[in-house]
Amino acid sequence: MDSKITDKLRILADAAKYDVSCSSSGGKRKNENKGLGNAEGVGICHSYTEDGRCVSLLKILLTNFCIYDCAYCVTRKSNDVQRAAFTVQEVVDLTINFYRRNYIEGLFLSSGIFKDADYTMERLVRVARKLRQEEKFNGYIHLKTIPGASEELIKEAGRYADRLSVNIELPSEQSLQQLAPEKSYAEVLVPMESISKQLVQAKEEQKLFKSAPSFAPAGQSTQLIVGASAESDRQILQLSDQLYKGYNLKRVYYSGYVPVSSDVRLPLVTEPPIIRENRIYQADWLMRFYGFDVQEIVDEQHPDLDLDIDPKLAWALRNRHAFPVELNTADYALILRVPGIGVKSAKKIVSARRFAPLHFDHLRKMGVVLKRAKYFITCQTKSLQRQEFDSLYIRRKILFGDGSVRSALLTQQLDLFQQAS
Amino acid sequence: MVLYTYDGSFEGLLTVVFEAYERKAWPHGIAQEHLAQPLLLGQTVAVTTDEAKAARVWQGLEKRLSAGALRSLYHTYLWEQPGFEMLVFNYARLVFSSPENIEGNFTADCVLQVQQASKQVHREKHRMEAFVRFQKTQDSMFYASITPDYNVLPLIIDHFRRRYADQQWVIYDLRRRYGTFYNLQTVNFIRLEKTDLLRRRQGVLQKKSFDVEEAKYQQLWQVYFDHVNIPERKNLKLHLRHVPKRYWKYLSEKQPRHIFD
Repeated sequence: MDSKITDKLRILADAAKYDVSCSSSGGKRKNENKGLGNAEGVGICHSYTEDGRCVSLLKILLTNFCIYDCAYCVTRKSNDVQRAAFTVQEVVDLTINFYRRNYIEGLFLSSGIFKDADYTMERLVRVARKLRQEEKFNGYIHLKTIPGASEELIKEAGRYADRLSVNIELPSEQSLQQLAPEKSYAEVLVPMESISKQLVQAKEEQKLFKSAPSFAPAGQSTQLIVGASAESDRQILQLSDQLYKGYNLKRVYYSGYVPVSSDVRLPLVTEPPIIRENRIYQADWLMRFYGFDVQEIVDEQHPDLDLDIDPKLAWALRNRHAFPVELNTADYALILRVPGIGVKSAKKIVSARRFAPLHFDHLRKMGVVLKRAKYFITCQTKSLQRQEFDSLYIRRKILFGDGSVRSALLTQQLDLFQQAS
Repeated sequence: MVLYTYDGSFEGLLTVVFEAYERKAWPHGIAQEHLAQPLLLGQTVAVTTDEAKAARVWQGLEKRLSAGALRSLYHTYLWEQPGFEMLVFNYARLVFSSPENIEGNFTADCVLQVQQASKQVHREKHRMEAFVRFQKTQDSMFYASITPDYNVLPLIIDHFRRRYADQQWVIYDLRRRYGTFYNLQTVNFIRLEKTDLLRRRQGVLQKKSFDVEEAKYQQLWQVYFDHVNIPERKNLKLHLRHVPKRYWKYLSEKQPRHIFD
């Protein structure tokens, strides 16, 4: 067994794992050259880590040598960790051999910054080029864009990669200055804007000429660290909203801060804020798939998401005037706003009611979860509730009553929260 | 009381639908020939698979259903759970007796059940696409064993053919004792007399059949799996929901460390 390559893999997987993005969906790369791999459409999670995250890509750093000293980062210059660097060929061999055994959908390659931005970016591009041109590899490639890299290199990266990403990391300029004084928002936003422009341009060219070269067909994404700085959920979600609208991002990822450093500039955390991270993801979904505006989810009076209940339920409890919703007649968009009813259930309801008036029995058989929904709906004007409840009572019933089981994790984190305050 | 028996093929099942209409005798049960218990009262009709009759039933369904609904019905056949034949029959009968397309009518029991069966089959198909682990053999063949809950092997062939166009592979269903072999040109169904599998670790090949680099990459994958994990976030309940234990026997990352040292 080659222990050198094992050590490198160990060190450089460890260093890459705090980047939470692992999506392999949205690619359009077909296997038309009788080569290896296919990255069409849906992503596949080939395994799951013991913390329940999807393992879809070989996610590694090319190297964890870095000239920067960002306080939140495990790879920062001043941190006393083992350093290593892969050669281009080593990354290519690992990717191809893992892919052939159906371990992965492809490669997610990032890097610490050695020498300068262009030098680093050029190495990342070289790996992607080799995979595409020499190995005829059609699997998924996600490349991290190094802030400060030249536009030419980014353009070339986009030709080989399915997705490009630039991480913002901190949700406000102020925190960035505090925790990563060598970086600035401008430096991050410049490549993001350049990628966004080229995405639009490539799409337009492909409308005209089918053979026009594609540019990162699965789009671009970014990551925000939650809990390493003092921003409210409102600030975070407003930033995401701007990124989705202004830069056409496919995804914003949120990474609950895992203490990797005892730097005095960072807050003292004992445990990553997993519940908060989850609530922010739920809010993100509401904005992207449920037609919610960011203002409806968080506002001046409610700058932070409720940790006890999901943001849709929280919204519904604040907006009782919109309910109850009559499932036999209401618009799809309104059914989607009922707590506990997701996209699939809403579609089934709208489809089934064309054939027969719906009863609660139909809903149960279809698998519509009524635990939360029952307080907000009627079927043929009938309700499962005999009386009107106030919002506080419903909240309590859902959290504690009627055989509701609170997740052990939630109870545990809430207990800690209470002890701390 | 009529019990129809057939040979277990999808065409056979469609032929049963044809025969039931022809005889105007609705089935009380449909069973595979070798599993059927003779009735004490009533009649047993042994149906011989007839491709022309099956095709007529299928074409009738095609006229009244979308491609998605047809796929769901085929999934129900591959689902293989008790009563699946009657479910397919009842669905077909509802289709033929209704003036309009019934596939969205989830208030009808058989429509809902077909949808649910299809969902289970589809999920198992997706899991197989994720959890198949090829092991490279000395003769440059990529081999994988599976034992899916439902008979999804026919559904995953296209996926693997598109993906691994430049390598020879075998995926073998140990439970149903048949497999598929891609020879760089076409995919064929095969039956193996004996396999080089470890007796105690079903699914893992014996080391003597390995390609020289196979053990190395299995171990590297284990190393990667161990180090991509964030211990501070450990959540085994969630982990098990995504990777139920019954799938572990095929996953290289779930085999004991240093199994081949």
